[in-house]
Amino acid sequence: MKYWIGAAAVLVIAFLTALSGLNEYFFYAAFIVLQFMVLATAWNILGGYAGYVNFGTAAFFAIGAYAAVVLFKWLGAPLAVQIAFAALASGLLGFGVGLLTLRLRGIFFAIATVAIIFIMETMMVNWRYVGGATGLQLLRPDVMQPFTSYTRMLFVVMALLVVIAVSVARYVQISWIGRGLRAIRDSEEAAECSGVPTLKLKLFACTVSGALMGAAGAPMPMYLSFIEPASSFNLNYSVSALAMPMIGGTVHWMGPVIGALLLGSIQQIVTVTISSEINVLVIGVLLVLFVVFAPDGVLGLLKKLWPRRS
Amino acid sequence: MFFSFDLLFEAVLFGVLLGCFYAAVSIGLSVSFGLLDVPHVAHPAVMILGSYFTYVLAAYGLDPIVAGVLLMPVFFLLGILIYRFYYETFEKRGTEAAVRGLAFFFGLAFIIEVGLILGFGVDQRTVHAAYIGSSLSLGEYRIPYRMLVAFGVALVLTFSLSLYLSKTFTGRAIKAVAQDEPALRLMGANPVRIKQWAFGIATGVSALAGAMLIIVGPVEPAMDRLYIGRTFCVVVLAGLGSMTGTLAAGLILGIAESIVLMMTGASWAPAVAFGLLLVVLGIRPQGLFGR
Repeated sequence: MKYWIGAAAVLVIAFLTALSGLNEYFFYAAFIVLQFMVLATAWNILGGYAGYVNFGTAAFFAIGAYAAVVLFKWLGAPLAVQIAFAALASGLLGFGVGLLTLRLRGIFFAIATVAIIFIMETMMVNWRYVGGATGLQLLRPDVMQPFTSYTRMLFVVMALLVVIAVSVARYVQISWIGRGLRAIRDSEEAAECSGVPTLKLKLFACTVSGALMGAAGAPMPMYLSFIEPASSFNLNYSVSALAMPMIGGTVHWMGPVIGALLLGSIQQIVTVTISSEINVLVIGVLLVLFVVFAPDGVLGLLKKLWPRRS
Repeated sequence: MFFSFDLLFEAVLFGVLLGCFYAAVSIGLSVSFGLLDVPHVAHPAVMILGSYFTYVLAAYGLDPIVAGVLLMPVFFLLGILIYRFYYETFEKRGTEAAVRGLAFFFGLAFIIEVGLILGFGVDQRTVHAAYIGSSLSLGEYRIPYRMLVAFGVALVLTFSLSLYLSKTFTGRAIKAVAQDEPALRLMGANPVRIKQWAFGIATGVSALAGAMLIIVGPVEPAMDRLYIGRTFCVVVLAGLGSMTGTLAAGLILGIAESIVLMMTGASWAPAVAFGLLLVVLGIRPQGLFGR
């Protein structure tokens, strides 16, 4: 109950901020932070709970973005429909990736997901309808009332997606699904022998994680008024989506949220003040530092400070 | 689209040269990942690092191949350091740390890449030598000398490494560690020292492979992303840890890529390695010559 009150409060605050007279740039930056929050939370469902490292976040994200563009160009569909369709497309891709887990684990699975990024990117580069390698310019539709600008509206939409993603991740974590996934992470053979439906659970985790990543990608073309393969399928999305839960902590749904808030804000500040190359360096260095010195992330560190609170 | 055996022959010829080159850039990974089971996703990044060091040395007038050979001992030490660190932090702790070990190498690759961008910028870099830019004419076919150089070095590298692994004492110990580590431990050998040595060799070889890379074509920092596909494709296709298999798998990839390049143009070529990798992983993860 406490959680739902908190979630509702977050949404109301996001909505009111969007109506306030705050500087436009804030929404521009906050949108990206929220977007990474969805990606990190989605990554954690498979990577954190089940222990399958997915390097392919960029593929799911970009397929979501492209699905939204196709629907927009073809039917002029509204944003909500675009997001739903993007989640469907990336969810299907996730299901396909889930089938790979039948045979592949650990690094083999991780490398296979990298392969998916590049294969999908090549397909989009060769698909004229969505602009091929040069990309596609998009005309934003009129903004809906009561928002004063499109970026503000996208900010609220993304906040809603964060609440949805976190609620799903939280449900997975506290229900029997989460217990099953953790059993898979600890020992897949033992889990299978004890009657955990490992394949079903893995397929579920892959599909849900993929669908959420796709949903996060859907508003991106509208945000930029542009889509292009090289930046959409950028491996930087993958490393961020992996680093944020690792830094925040992978065992609890709070971990990715904390990680994304921390790292996403640092990234935005660094991009503005120094350069966008440095922000990838920051992710890399923090990721390595955390996996080496604080394997349980920020949550683990907090637990060490206050051992009594669990 | 037209088809002719002449063109096909040319594509296969070029594919063979390209394939040997791919084998050379993958052979280090074949040792570190294939034999030692280290999830070395940063292998292509380390190789690009070698390319840039070659570039720096070549700017002083050194021949790129000589530069590559000179860099080998330095990279050998670097490899020992990386493995030592990886072992102490992750491998020692068993499967629990496996996910973090993978994340560690992924992060390392990005650090190297951004480090190179900060040091050299995002522009492409090339080296100069007598054999770069000219080509050998064989009747109506033209073979660039730089490909022949890469071809020769690749063959030397592959055969000397497979000889080393099968004929010398340490080489056999490396193979033994890959086969049965506990048995080696029971016989009184220290598997960690052998693995550290092997990882050093793998990294040293990557320096020379990096020199080949910048001889064959211009190099940019973000190139490691593409080579994750090529190197892992070759190593997995070869069957983990087989040296002659690596050469064969390199040839398969090289010829496949060259034929696709001829038939459809450059835009589909990057997907060949990744597509092949995915097919192998899906159908036969133990590779063609698997142990």
